[in-house]
Amino acid sequence: MQFMLLFSRQGKLRLQKWYVPLSDKEKKKITRELVQTVLARKPKMCSFLEWRDLKIVYKRYASLYFCCAIEDQDNELITLEIIHRYVELLDKYFGSVCELDIIFNFEKAYFILDEFLLGGEAQETSKKNVLKAIEQADLLQENIDFQMRLFAGMVVPNMASESSGLFQN
Amino acid sequence: MSPSVPLQEMIRAIRSARTQCEERGVIQRECAAIRAQFRQADNGGRSHNLAKLLYVHMLGYPAHFGQMECVRMIASPRYSEKRVGYLGAMMLLDEKQDASLLITNSIKNDLSNSNQYIQSLALCTLACMGSAEMCRDLAPEIDRLLRASNSYIKKKAALCAVHIVRKVHDLGELFTKAARSLLTEKNHGVVHGAVVLITELCERNSETLERFRKTVPDLVQIMKGLVISGYSPDHDVAGISDPFLQVRILRLLRILGRNNEAASDAMNDLLAQVATNTDSTKTVGNAVLYETVLTVLDIKSESGLRVLAVNILGRFLLNNDRNIRYIAMTSLQKIVGTDHNAVQRHRGTIVDCLKDQDASVKRRALELSLALVSASNIRSMMKELLSFLSSCPPELRSQTASGIFNAAERYAPSQRWHIDTILHVLTTAGGDVRDETVPNLIQLITNTSELHCYTVHKLYRALLSDISQQPLVQVACWCIGEYGDLLLTGECQETEPVQVTEDYVLDVLETVLQSHMSSPSTRGFALTATMKLSTRITENVDRIRSIVSIYGSCIDVELQQRAVEYNALFKKYDHMRAAVLERMPVIEKNSQGHTNGETIKESQTVKVKPGEPQQPANQVQANAAFYTVFSIVATVTVYEKDGVTVTLSCEKQSDSGLTVTLTASNSTESDIRGFTLQAAVPKSVQLHMKAPSGDSLPARGTAKLKTRADMSEVYETKVSPVTS
Repeated sequence: MQFMLLFSRQGKLRLQKWYVPLSDKEKKKITRELVQTVLARKPKMCSFLEWRDLKIVYKRYASLYFCCAIEDQDNELITLEIIHRYVELLDKYFGSVCELDIIFNFEKAYFILDEFLLGGEAQETSKKNVLKAIEQADLLQENIDFQMRLFAGMVVPNMASESSGLFQN
Repeated sequence: MSPSVPLQEMIRAIRSARTQCEERGVIQRECAAIRAQFRQADNGGRSHNLAKLLYVHMLGYPAHFGQMECVRMIASPRYSEKRVGYLGAMMLLDEKQDASLLITNSIKNDLSNSNQYIQSLALCTLACMGSAEMCRDLAPEIDRLLRASNSYIKKKAALCAVHIVRKVHDLGELFTKAARSLLTEKNHGVVHGAVVLITELCERNSETLERFRKTVPDLVQIMKGLVISGYSPDHDVAGISDPFLQVRILRLLRILGRNNEAASDAMNDLLAQVATNTDSTKTVGNAVLYETVLTVLDIKSESGLRVLAVNILGRFLLNNDRNIRYIAMTSLQKIVGTDHNAVQRHRGTIVDCLKDQDASVKRRALELSLALVSASNIRSMMKELLSFLSSCPPELRSQTASGIFNAAERYAPSQRWHIDTILHVLTTAGGDVRDETVPNLIQLITNTSELHCYTVHKLYRALLSDISQQPLVQVACWCIGEYGDLLLTGECQETEPVQVTEDYVLDVLETVLQSHMSSPSTRGFALTATMKLSTRITENVDRIRSIVSIYGSCIDVELQQRAVEYNALFKKYDHMRAAVLERMPVIEKNSQGHTNGETIKESQTVKVKPGEPQQPANQVQANAAFYTVFSIVATVTVYEKDGVTVTLSCEKQSDSGLTVTLTASNSTESDIRGFTLQAAVPKSVQLHMKAPSGDSLPARGTAKLKTRADMSEVYETKVSPVTS
């Protein structure tokens, strides 16, 4: 995969992941043109289109368009499955995900994507394993944050169930 | 993970801005605050600030001042800061930025961190934006991780290695051994990564490809395991076990089996099994089937398997899902050359797809339909293509028109059908045809002498209804100019004859001449046609005379020039008029293939009479005439005076090149010394004269002097009269 873009029906970018080196100017140009092209397509049209010399695979989920640019030899149908898998992961993580979740927690959307795809290829084909990894990484972050806040005297240690769970592995 | 409150507050503030200007104001304030905070000492809120900056960056605002902060955060011992720092690096630092090199050391350290989630961050970032230099630096580390770490890290290291190989091809060697051993692991993620890595290595290096052929049995085993195994909840997608891995293995098998009998044999059974057993009700099953078909068609598979694959594509063509139909046509396009008959079987469905709503599907269907036209189906296919042309999207019209012309030229069942087809295209999509269409059509018409009457009638009628399509109008004018007399006879075998008078015909031409829709070149056609009619009609020659003299003062220089010349033809050279405006002979296809429409219409046969001085003004000599003369006559005497004879003989070298040999001989009693031969040609022809064999002509024809000249055509848009 060369890049993945998420954008709303109004053309606002919600996530951009680039796997090829391009200047900021080029990225902006590509984004602008591609968003325009995809938004111009009618609802029942094919999910695949040829744009410049790339194959574009896109799918709309509610108010968000998920758009990927793949190489010539890549399988378009499996790319649709990859997009679907990513949406499922977001859904599981946020609990019935909507566009607002991705706006206000964009960094998490990136973290989830980075646990699923690496360098443009799928790294983990089991949904369960991806979610588990995110969970663990989040815990690691919480753990350290909690310890820091503890150290700074901002939090009084509390043996209630919510906090005790943090020290278990 | 608890949300970052400062980040969310900022996002809320930005979103509540009502205008672009307000939003810019909010963002400028925030950025200023962020910049200030970056300069301060560590205050525990660094990751929030960087996250804010990244959000602002995604909205399209500049964020380069955050680059150094990313570098600092990556080096931080805190996981939360590292996480956002690496994210920032992937967003703000691509390999083109100098600052990207600064994180190489941090990445190196983090790759050996005891915590796998920190290792993971480093691997992810390297695989996303690692430059060639960074890759070279860190490749040994990656190799180490490929061999000795847990599956979580191994799978990431494998994909990181893929990125490294893409950036620095030579480093492929380094990972070959490790990649091989990863195939034996149980973890799907690791095997998937290994397959992707091996695919990359094999695509880059043919020696590596040879070595990895040995893995075909192992790959077949793994696939079998996936296809036959029972329900595996972890990797199941709609009943297919790990389709992502299946697709990648099939793709690798394709590369390994290509051009290799042994490898193709080893995978034959497996491919047959996958092709028959995979459930095709959902997209995911079709994804696997699609990859299987691609593989079968690309390796040296046995014919039964190939037929199976093409049939799968045939089924895809009938699928309700538009995506599947599109995919099917893309694949069929690839094999229409090699498995033509198999694809022909599905012609009906493909032609139906021409009527699909989606432009991408239409385009595919068009390309495939054009590839499937053959002598046996030309009539029915052309009907479909012509009806497609009248309703197709504008971006496809030019391609459709050219496709139709090519097909018509190759498979036309009769001349009349051919002419009819071209006329149909010109009436429907006249604006989208290429320039050569006009001369090509004129040539076709000229050469079909038995249909001249029919053609001129059809074109005359077409002109009566519409004079806006320029190519059609040009051909029609030319035709009426040449064969107008056939219109006036009131007889025609092939079609209903028209009952017109000379005035009606001249009216039509004059309408074209005066219409604002006619382009300058079209008007040129019309004027010349009017002139030609002066020798084909009997009563209204005066009318033509007056038209021609009016245009002698036309603003358009080209028209003016023509009118003046035609005027001269009437006044001073009336005795030559009939000869000059005679009917065109059959044009030889080769020599006319490349000439531009402008020159063709000027074609007048000029009879070169030996010994006669060339008259400048009345000879509108064109390439066509030039070549026509020279291709008909082999040797001609061009000069005979005072005992000196010069003959000219021609030899065709190529489609647009000619070698002319000029031979001079002297039949007088004394030698002629200092004899030179000069030649001039129209601007549209290039002349290379070689050195003559001598410069003296011995007496009494004892020896001859030869000069060779090579002439070739130069593509020009204007023709100027020969002046010497």
